[in-house]
Parts: sequence; structure tokens; C-alpha cells
Amino acid sequence: MLYTLLCYNKEDVVWSWSKAEDEAVMSRLNVVHEKLVQEGKLGPALRLLPTTTATTLRAPDMVIDGPFAETKEQLLGFYVIDVPDLEAALDVARQLSAANPTSVYEIRPIALYVPESRPNASKDRVKAY
Amino acid sequence: MSQVIHDPDWINSALTAARPQAVSALLRYFRDMDTAEEAYQEACLRALKNWPRNGPPRDPVAWLILVGRNAALDGTRKRSRDVTLPPDELISDLTDAEAPLVERLDDSHYRDDVLRLLFICCHPDLPATQQVALALRIVSGLSVAQIARAFLVSDAAMEQRITRAKARIAKADVPFDAPGPIERSERLTAVATMIYLLFNEGYTAGGDPARASLCDEAIRLARLLLRLFQTEPEIMGLTALMLLQQSRLPARFDQNGEVVLLEDQDRALWNANLINEGIALLDKAMRHNQPGAYQVQAAIAATHARAAQFSETDWAGIDALYAALERMQPSPVVTLNRAVAVAKLHGPSAGLSMIAPLEKALSGYFHYFGARGAFLLQLGRIEEARTDFDRAIALAGTPAQAAHIRNHLDRLLQDAKPNAK
Repeated sequence: MLYTLLCYNKEDVVWSWSKAEDEAVMSRLNVVHEKLVQEGKLGPALRLLPTTTATTLRAPDMVIDGPFAETKEQLLGFYVIDVPDLEAALDVARQLSAANPTSVYEIRPIALYVPESRPNASKDRVKAY
Repeated sequence: MSQVIHDPDWINSALTAARPQAVSALLRYFRDMDTAEEAYQEACLRALKNWPRNGPPRDPVAWLILVGRNAALDGTRKRSRDVTLPPDELISDLTDAEAPLVERLDDSHYRDDVLRLLFICCHPDLPATQQVALALRIVSGLSVAQIARAFLVSDAAMEQRITRAKARIAKADVPFDAPGPIERSERLTAVATMIYLLFNEGYTAGGDPARASLCDEAIRLARLLLRLFQTEPEIMGLTALMLLQQSRLPARFDQNGEVVLLEDQDRALWNANLINEGIALLDKAMRHNQPGAYQVQAAIAATHARAAQFSETDWAGIDALYAALERMQPSPVVTLNRAVAVAKLHGPSAGLSMIAPLEKALSGYFHYFGARGAFLLQLGRIEEARTDFDRAIALAGTPAQAAHIRNHLDRLLQDAKPNAK
């Protein structure tokens, strides 16, 4: 079954991390990512730019600067994972959480998944991850 | 979660992130900088004791404000009546009547508070050096030692600078009511100027990490401002400009710590995330159709960032942008920079003509003679070029600048040799 894991955290805390802290979190996360890749569970995964770069369209003529809603924690990224059931999804979330303890992970089952169809998609890899 | 609770790093990050909103709210409440700072310090001490034990609060900012307020008020009460304070456990439990107050404290509530706090540091009565030092101390929460190191002065000298700054602003009249739109706009402008000054301090510092961290701090403050003022195109432009300039850091210095010219930088080392964020912010800013100097400068930086190599630079685009900047913020330096682009498009003679009228104004500016020397060299006027380069080196303010010119000069002389190319 496909689930998405939505990662929330406080943006201003994340960008107050020292370089060392940031690298520590990323290297712990990458260990988990590698494992998920080996296990064939990891679908697309993204880290988003901050909500200060977001633009929201509420209506064709209503475009506003900023995210959909002001929230205490902001959506920072998400994963698509392929696991048997919710318990297994929680297990993945727990591993990610252990690597990135201040983040909150929402687990949402996927109703419809449209795979990547862009011609050079497999070559995409934003450096951060 | 146990890893988090015992890790001091996450608490420090949370306190650092919360500082601007918490201190500024306390400032509005107590109307006195020292009281606000002490209240905040006290709240931090309690956080360091409490959060590992009880877990992190849902809203660290609100927690710090309430605890800070109580601590300062209890301090006055205690001094006046010698009443025993309730134990810390009670103070830190926010599940009672404080809860409704906690819920109300969302970010928009902090906008004018934080702007006021930043603006106080940028007060026109303060010289630029004091503004920047004060902002770093009060808003960013850097220690005096850290700031002193960044500005290459002794701890004592920096302590004095900050004390003087605080004394001056204590006398200054900063209203505590919510600012009207014009006042808000003026404050934003002053704060933006200070943040960019701070960034430039770090940017011109070179490889020294203590100084280079000023750039990170400036970017952090700009992002904070941007979160609170989501629709201001010049704040988007300022942030974009700094992100784009900062993106080049990994390529700007060689192993000897010498400056690497833009044309020689290994662009593979440029930080793609910062470039993407900068360009995204610029896109957002441009939708407002309110061009401004920061947006234009960011656009120039973005034009460079989009070129995979120096030879692919869109000089026509850069020329047009500098022309726009000349209209907004006319200055001989802007025209000088524009002349470099014009020379790329129309040849060195065009560049020379453009900068000729600037000689008087820029007679003490080493870049002027560096640029003119380069144009002359390209025209084969070697001896005149050499004179200008020597003058540039003599005018250079620091050894780094002088080395930079010599570097440039060596390069150009190399290119000018008959058997090169």
C-alpha cells in the first residue's frame, strides 16, 4: 500500500540550526533513506523550500504570498512509501523521527498515485537530500 | 523522543529561534530594554531546567513570554513584599488559565513587536557600527565575545560599544503604539538597510568563519522579517540578494584564502539550494510590480547565477538592470558596475566613455582604476593601464583588496600576451 509521510517542523527553528546540527540530522536521515531504498519501500521524497517562498492561489484572481495556512509547524517535505499496512508505515515514521526528533510526521494513505512521467526525471536529484 | 529531551542543541535552537518574538513582546510589556532582556534570560534559564524534564512546550515563544513576564513581575513583587515565590513546577505548567492566551499568540501578533525591536537597534541616532552590534546582541542573541570576534575588536571594546548604544536609545523616543503604514514602511526600510550592512560585514570578511557567520545571521533575520511581512517585495528582494550572494561562498576563496574572481569561480561549487530559494523569492517579488533597489540587485545576482559559465552571462540583461538601478539609486559606483556590462556588450571604448565622467567622484576608489585599467589593457594601451593598476593597488584599503587587484592584473596581463588565445 502507498502512504505519504508529511513532515512538519518549526521552520524558524530549523533555519536556526547550526551547520553542524543540520548536517547531523541529514546524515542520520540518509541512513534511514538508504535502508528504505534497500528494502524497496521508498518512493519519491522531497524537501521543500521554506514557506516564505510559497504562493497560494485561492481563486483565479486571488493569489497570495505565503502558504495555504499559517500553522505552528510548517510542511517541510514529504515521502511516498510502499509498505503493507499502517503499522509498517508507523514503523518507517518512527525511524525517521528517531533521526529527526523535532519533526512531526503525518501518515496519509494515498488514494491515487500518478507516477513520474517527465522524460529526464530519473536524473533529478536536488542536492539537499 | 528521549534523544531530543537530553540534547541541549535542540533547546538552544528553539531558544535562538524564539528570541526575537519573545524579547520584543516582553519589551512591549515592560517598555524597558534591560527589563525585557533580563526577563528573557530568566525564562531561558528556566527552560533549560524545565524542558528536558517536562518535554518541550507546544509553543516555546508563548512559554518564554509568560514565564519571562512572571519572573520579572515576581522579582518586583518579591523585592517589594518579600513574598515566597511559587515553585518552578507551578510556573511552568501552562495547562491552566494561561492556555487561552497561549492559543491567541500566533505569528501575526508578533509582526510589529519584532519590527519595533529591530527598528530600535537601527535607530537613526546610532552610528552603523552600533546598530549592527546592538541587533546582533539583542535580536540574534550572540554573545559579546562572538560579536567582538566578528568585528575584530576586543571584548571590552565591544561591550562598551553596546553599552553606549543602549544608553543612546534609552534616551531616544520610540513609540510603543502600533505603527501606522507609513511608519511601518520607514521602519522596514531602516531595518533592511541594517540587515544588509550586517551581511556585507560578513561578506567582505573573507574566509574567517567568525566573520562569515554574520552572513548567516543576516539571512536568518531577513527570513524572520519575511515570515512576518509576507507581502513586501523589497524584503523578498533583500533576502533573495543575500541568498544569491551567499550561494557563491564555497567558490569565492582559494586554498590560500585569496579572493577568486567571479569569472574564475567554479560554479559547480555554488550552493544550488540558496540559488533556488533566491530565484523563487525574486519571482514572487516581481509579481508585485513594485520594483525596488534590492529586487534589481537580486535580479543582477540571479542573472549571474543562471549562467552555467561566465562566458554565458546575459550581459544585455545585466546592463538593463543596472540602467534601472541607476534610475532608482543613481550613484557613480552603480554606473561603474554598469560600464563593465556595457564593455562586454559594446567593447572597452564604450566602457571607458561611460566611466570618464566619474573620475572625480571615484578618485579614491580602487575599483575605478582597476576597471579603467582593464579597459585600457584591452585596447592595447599598456602603459596607461599599468599606471591605473598601480594606482588601484595604492588605493586598496586592505591587503586582501590589493591582492585582488594584483590577481586581476596578472590575469589580464597574461591574456594580453600576444601568444595567448
